[in-house]
Amino acid sequence: MVLIKYNAGNIQSVSFALERLGVDFTISDNPEIINSADRVIFPGVGEASTTMAYLRDRKLDQVIKNLKQPVLGICLGMQLMCRHSEENDTECLGIFDQPVKRFVPKADFKVPHMGWNELTKVTGWISPELENKSVYYVHSYYVPVNMFTSAVTEYTVPFSAAMKKDNFYAVQFHPEKSAEAGQTILKNFLRI
Amino acid sequence: MLSKRIIPCLDIKDGRTVKGVNFVNIRDAGDPVELASTYAQQGADELVFLDISATNEKRKTFATLVKEIARNINIPFTIGGGINSAEDVAPLLEAGADKVSINSAAVRNPGRIDELAKAFGSQCVVAAIDARLVNDQWIVHTHGGKTPSDKELFSWAKECESRGAGEILFTSMDHDGTKSGFALTALASLHEQLTIPVIASGGAGEKRHFLEAFTSGKADAALAASIFHFGEITIPDLKHYLSQNNIPVRI
Repeated sequence: MVLIKYNAGNIQSVSFALERLGVDFTISDNPEIINSADRVIFPGVGEASTTMAYLRDRKLDQVIKNLKQPVLGICLGMQLMCRHSEENDTECLGIFDQPVKRFVPKADFKVPHMGWNELTKVTGWISPELENKSVYYVHSYYVPVNMFTSAVTEYTVPFSAAMKKDNFYAVQFHPEKSAEAGQTILKNFLRI
Repeated sequence: MLSKRIIPCLDIKDGRTVKGVNFVNIRDAGDPVELASTYAQQGADELVFLDISATNEKRKTFATLVKEIARNINIPFTIGGGINSAEDVAPLLEAGADKVSINSAAVRNPGRIDELAKAFGSQCVVAAIDARLVNDQWIVHTHGGKTPSDKELFSWAKECESRGAGEILFTSMDHDGTKSGFALTALASLHEQLTIPVIASGGAGEKRHFLEAFTSGKADAALAASIFHFGEITIPDLKHYLSQNNIPVRI
């Protein structure tokens, strides 16, 4: 398994989470190593436009789009797998043909959406015992519920907590910081 | 629904937890990693570690400890104490900390908040504010609440927000250690005047105080130290109580 190395803020935390699960993995930005991995994790904490520019400069955008093995995008990783983000009007990878929108703050709904919130309507690769379990979120942008959604969380609007399309899997929350529920999600991905 | 957060706070001096800790089923209560893991398993939503080491030499070893904490716990955590600049913060975040809190340094030089928010994002920056009532005014204090500043709580909290702080950790020095409940009126005013989350701190003595912090105090999270360390209130019991009283908590 390979954890894609780039300017994401959570690489250390994701590494530790994988270590706790006893997984063997390599951290790399080398296309050959990424292509030959049995699984790939695309982490992410940061801003969409600078991160996409970073990936394009290193041709990692093409590498990620064309992967055939199971790929898990986390947080910004999930957003970058979509078509377009409202964060600085950024064209993204287009794996999920979906928009990424900014939360509109409302009374008692502060932005960013930060803290523990519930997974609902879990389906497919997200195991059923995670229904109504809380996971840890820190984000200001979201992917609306769509045909690829595998779990829903509600914050001002219902949004995609997790998605799946072909070999691409994605979560908006941080499984590496989501206690036992987060470990279960990572195990769900490792079982695929 | 977004949960209200329960946050145990650990004071660290020279790599060890201080303040008496009275935990059953723990081998070394002075070991921050073991204590943190215990809290994480009990259902704490976040942890705060305050480095109260006296010297900068001792502080340098702190990033190593942060890495050990990150290796062993699976919930978010904040590091505070002696944080002055982006150079202090980068190694802590790289080691796996999720947020840092800045206190006296921001009072001395408010531009520090802008610097940290620009460099690392607002979600990483917690503005910690210690205040006490002086002649009916909440006056911000520095150096562990000992030194009064020229700032007033509400205007300073708003300034922290506009400079890019992602959260306010408000400690009432008048309530801290009294076990008589949080500063509810001040908390509710902060909630009204800010759009960022507020963490209540200082005064927790019983479960009811947490309930009040979330209802009349409108806090997003509540922090406490000794009542958790001494096992006077356990996190599972507290969360069960809050849940029964219709507060959304992660169980």
